[in-house]
Amino acid sequence: MLKTFPKGGVHPAEGKYSANSAIEVLPLPKQVSIPIAQHIGAPSKPVVTKGDKVKVGDKIAESTGFVSANIHSSVSGTVFKVDKVLDSTGYKRPCVIINVEGDEWHESIDKSTDLKKEISLTDKEIIHRINESGIVGLGGATFPSHVKLSVPDGKKIDVLIINGVECEPYLTSDHRLMLEKAEEMLVGIQILMKALGVNLALIGIENNKPDAIEHLEKLVKDYPGIEVHALKVQYPQGGEKQLIKALINREVPSGGLPLDVGAVVHNVGTAYAVYEAVQKNKPLFERVVTLTGKSVKKPSNFMVRIGTPVSYLIEAAGGLPEDTGKVINGGPMMGKALNALDVPVVKGASGILIMPAELSQRKKEVNCIRCAKCVSVCPQGLEPYLLNRLAQLEKNDKLETDGVMDCIECGSCAYTCPAGLPLLDYIRLGKSRVSQIIRSRKQ
Amino acid sequence: MSKLFISPSPHVYEDTTVKRLMFDVVIALLPALLFSVYFFGMGAIIVTLTAVVSCLAFEWLIQKYILKEEPSITDGSALVTGILLAFNVPTNLPIGIIIIGSLVAIGVGKMSFGGLGNNPFNPALVGRVFLLISFPVQMTSWPVPTGFSNSYTDAVTGATPLGVMKEGISAGEPVSAIMDKIPGHMELFYGHMGGSMGEIAALALLLGLGYMLFRKVIKIHIPLSIFLTIGVFTGILWLVNPESNADPIFHLLTGGVMLGAIFMATDYVTSPMSVKGMWIFGIGIGIITVAIRVFGAYPEGISFAILIMNAFVPLINMYVKPKRFGEEVKNG
Repeated sequence: MLKTFPKGGVHPAEGKYSANSAIEVLPLPKQVSIPIAQHIGAPSKPVVTKGDKVKVGDKIAESTGFVSANIHSSVSGTVFKVDKVLDSTGYKRPCVIINVEGDEWHESIDKSTDLKKEISLTDKEIIHRINESGIVGLGGATFPSHVKLSVPDGKKIDVLIINGVECEPYLTSDHRLMLEKAEEMLVGIQILMKALGVNLALIGIENNKPDAIEHLEKLVKDYPGIEVHALKVQYPQGGEKQLIKALINREVPSGGLPLDVGAVVHNVGTAYAVYEAVQKNKPLFERVVTLTGKSVKKPSNFMVRIGTPVSYLIEAAGGLPEDTGKVINGGPMMGKALNALDVPVVKGASGILIMPAELSQRKKEVNCIRCAKCVSVCPQGLEPYLLNRLAQLEKNDKLETDGVMDCIECGSCAYTCPAGLPLLDYIRLGKSRVSQIIRSRKQ
Repeated sequence: MSKLFISPSPHVYEDTTVKRLMFDVVIALLPALLFSVYFFGMGAIIVTLTAVVSCLAFEWLIQKYILKEEPSITDGSALVTGILLAFNVPTNLPIGIIIIGSLVAIGVGKMSFGGLGNNPFNPALVGRVFLLISFPVQMTSWPVPTGFSNSYTDAVTGATPLGVMKEGISAGEPVSAIMDKIPGHMELFYGHMGGSMGEIAALALLLGLGYMLFRKVIKIHIPLSIFLTIGVFTGILWLVNPESNADPIFHLLTGGVMLGAIFMATDYVTSPMSVKGMWIFGIGIGIITVAIRVFGAYPEGISFAILIMNAFVPLINMYVKPKRFGEEVKNG
């Protein structure tokens, strides 16, 4: 029996077209636009101005608080300007725009590809380096990684969980990384274990990636304390709370964090970035991005410099298909539809999904028939049909007692609804209203 | 490409639609329909066609001319109501009465509450119970299962096994003697008995249940809880006094238990949303059914039991919630 979370979940068509495409280094674009807010928390403050010369890896924007992250230049060249640019959120937001000239890296970065296994930094130094390198959660949540490693007094962490689930259909960037950069990733996990002071790390991988599971199982024999676990293919297996429950059978309390149950979760991509930052002194300025879709000529996995326009990736994968209806930043379950194609790739972008027009529109809405499918698929044990109704009626107090804040926005309810109701749209609306109320109560 | 579609996530959907679910229910009803035609002949065909056509017609007319909205009869829900109404009446019921029943089922039971999804009571049962109270004689004259040799207008009628049992027990006969007048359990299982059109063949109804479970149209909880409750409740009575109570298998195979538990109580709109709620609902139906059969005036009680428990569904939904992730930890 494969491990899984106990309640709810769905199984959308996997569509992993790019699973066999090896990671390709994408040629440099002519210009990059690097947003200064690519993470959860305070936006960083630009430290370069128009005309400044920068090298790859130079800090161009500085973290402005504990929950914030540094931003580094992904290219060498001249700062064209610091201006507001339309980004993947659909809003114009401040970016550092750099004209690319050559590819000159900062001297301190070790460009060699040899595997460096020996970890010389202490736990404090590791966390400091991760903070300096601007590493955030690369699974998509983009929470600054050093914050998760700084365990508050009184909390005891005994296990590190590594998320290699990649439960979103279509996306394959983590899959490829686990196949091609496995050893680096494992050293990265050891570094994270050292920073946290734990002796156990569990890698969770959905069972639709047997090659990655097998590969890592062979390698972990040389890495004491690291275990690989195959998980049932069931969305949202990669949801933090669901993954913890599946792997160690601990339930993160409502409103709580993984560290409340002694666990910290990091993505495999983050582990790789940690390796590069700590062992090679390389800040986070590039990542693996899947470019895929049913009609895409060449579904690919690219190593992309942050700030590269999405349209540049699309060209590299054979151009925008004729029948394109929707372009999504992320996977089909939780990704965001883009309203322009020249928006920059950011740290949290694990994939770009191109949907044909006939699959881009929603199902026709009909009356709720109270079939309770939404209730049975909700992995959080909520009642989406009810939250939907309460949100429409603006019954905020009832929304709160019925647990709207526990919603992880996985979209299983709206995915499964036979009546085609936009359940998650209204639940999100209700959630944002309730969180405003909760905030105002604290003041 | 001219424009990009923008919408919040999720961007993919399961291909299940309300229509598909309804037509799956229709497919699940087919075996029972075939058995009914085999046992009751022309009457079964006439009753089914009348009920289906009039249910569809009433829904269309009400939506078009009274509610002034786009008719949605193609969603299959009125078709299901029509078949279920036919399943719940005897096969010699005059056409006029069936049409009245359809009007009550669709008009009062469903459309007066706002149409599909808003009705608190199962529409087909609203129609059936209305007819049972308004036309008690016609609704309780049961044709004997003799196939096409039986005529629709002038069918040979006889009592249902439940009726024979009730009469016998109240006349003070021992159950073992009554049993001799009733078909054996195996015959009851495949439906060789008098009764409402679609309720007789347990075998066919269970096939339908299997299909709906396989297609994930319904969950097992409601039928299972009804079967278990009726089995345990009548089992206890039978063990206490086998000479004045029928055995549990008899109770499960006769009357409307199979039809009610599999197709009527599982109606999405009028059953609870949570698994715990479904158990409470099913157990309630089981207890009320047996109470009416054993202690009440009617030989059969499952229609009333389902309607009574339908009324509790909003209350059940309000107080019986699924267990939330991380909830216990917070409270404990």
